[in-house]
Amino acid sequence: MSESIKDQIVQIIADQAVLEPSDIKMEATLEDLGIDSLGLVESIFAIEEAFDIQVPFNANDPSESDFDISSVAAIITAVQGLVADQKGA
Amino acid sequence: MHRVVITGQGTINALGTNVLQTVEALREGRCGISELDFRDVDRLSIRIGGQVKNYDPEAAFNRQQIALYDRFTQFTLLAAAEAIAQAGLQFSGELAAKSGVVLGTAGGGVNTWDDNYRAVYEEGKNRVHPFVVPKLMNNAAASHISMEHNLKGPSFTVATACASSNHAMGQAFQFVRSGLSKVMITGGSESMLCFGGVKAWEGLRVMSKDACRPFSANRNGMVQGEGAAIFVFEEYEHAKARGAEILAEVIGFAMTSDAADIVMPSKQGASRAIAGAMRDGRINPSDVGYINAHGTGTAANDKTECAAVADALGHHANKLMISSTKSMHGHLIGGTGAVELLACVMAVKDGIVAPTIGYEEADPECALDVVPNEAREAKVEVVLSNAFAFGGLNAVLALRKAP
Repeated sequence: MSESIKDQIVQIIADQAVLEPSDIKMEATLEDLGIDSLGLVESIFAIEEAFDIQVPFNANDPSESDFDISSVAAIITAVQGLVADQKGA
Repeated sequence: MHRVVITGQGTINALGTNVLQTVEALREGRCGISELDFRDVDRLSIRIGGQVKNYDPEAAFNRQQIALYDRFTQFTLLAAAEAIAQAGLQFSGELAAKSGVVLGTAGGGVNTWDDNYRAVYEEGKNRVHPFVVPKLMNNAAASHISMEHNLKGPSFTVATACASSNHAMGQAFQFVRSGLSKVMITGGSESMLCFGGVKAWEGLRVMSKDACRPFSANRNGMVQGEGAAIFVFEEYEHAKARGAEILAEVIGFAMTSDAADIVMPSKQGASRAIAGAMRDGRINPSDVGYINAHGTGTAANDKTECAAVADALGHHANKLMISSTKSMHGHLIGGTGAVELLACVMAVKDGIVAPTIGYEEADPECALDVVPNEAREAKVEVVLSNAFAFGGLNAVLALRKAP
């Protein structure tokens, strides 16, 4: 399950960055990948759709959101937590 | 006062994916109206329209652009690219700072509203794509042109229903004429051929189920179209200095409000707009060779428009040609005046007057030369383009043959 969450998120981020999933490094930031604020909001939408979860993210002030987007690895960990909380997995 | 000329034009509509194809269709009197093809069309009672067929957004735009561009924005960008390429202008420095975009659209991103209402109401989804708002807003198309071509001057979108494009082009004309801008990108776009868009129009019961036959005694309503047309309006000396090809000169514009009824047209309001455009362009009635009519094919519009033309031009109304090209491309609502300006440019530039096709029976209340069914060769010096919107807002533009 958690491997599949990781793969799906990497695929979503790769689609957004127009890269191959193999080019997405775990320590990369969204800025490194060339994903701007609109791209981020679109990625979060794709994550919500893929896992049927609510992501607590406020685009007005991303740093205030209870959702860590500081790197690809952080996003994966955060989504794994949300899936566990919201889907009881 | 500066002179204003047109140095570029671009379009996509039911008659073609560029100006060349469209002008050829207008010349040949070809009909672009066909069976509508989109989701749930079987639940509509109106199933024809001037739809842009065989259109593949992925051939023109990448995935991220498509996520942000409603169909009306896509059409606008394609038309703008053609127009600006023809003008041969690159925008930078002072020119970029003062050049802007004024567009007309009545509905903006109607397909985006429709798709997302469907998702939340019909499919019960509780989440929509984050770009719904930037995609559906009426100014999205104008903004994307400004970003694509680096236009940093006065830019906005006008919404006056069926007169939106003429009001927009009138504003652009005044900006260049007053010296505020050397170049303005202008025109209009509309794409409401989707289930919700057509269903709304059905409600009014002014739509034809079989054809758009303006001025014909057996006309039975309007047929909707979609698409965009974009023009480059440029200050004459600026265009001349750089050796640009001048397609036509814009010489007059006027707008009036009927202040009377939300849907019924008024002869007085229309006539005052026509007379106003002639006064503004210092045009004598006898100079006018052709009028591109609003000519929607409804009982009310066509007879009111003919009466208004007779009122504004007097006896000369019987000598000029007036046609409605909506019979071919359909009524593009907020984009219609822009597509129709292509027929006006064709008249003064190529000496060919587009016909009113589908004309079958003379109507004594529309007893003008409506150029029935076949285009005509004629030397035309001055043309007028009428647009009379729901809400009683009228806008008329005047063009002259290139200097």
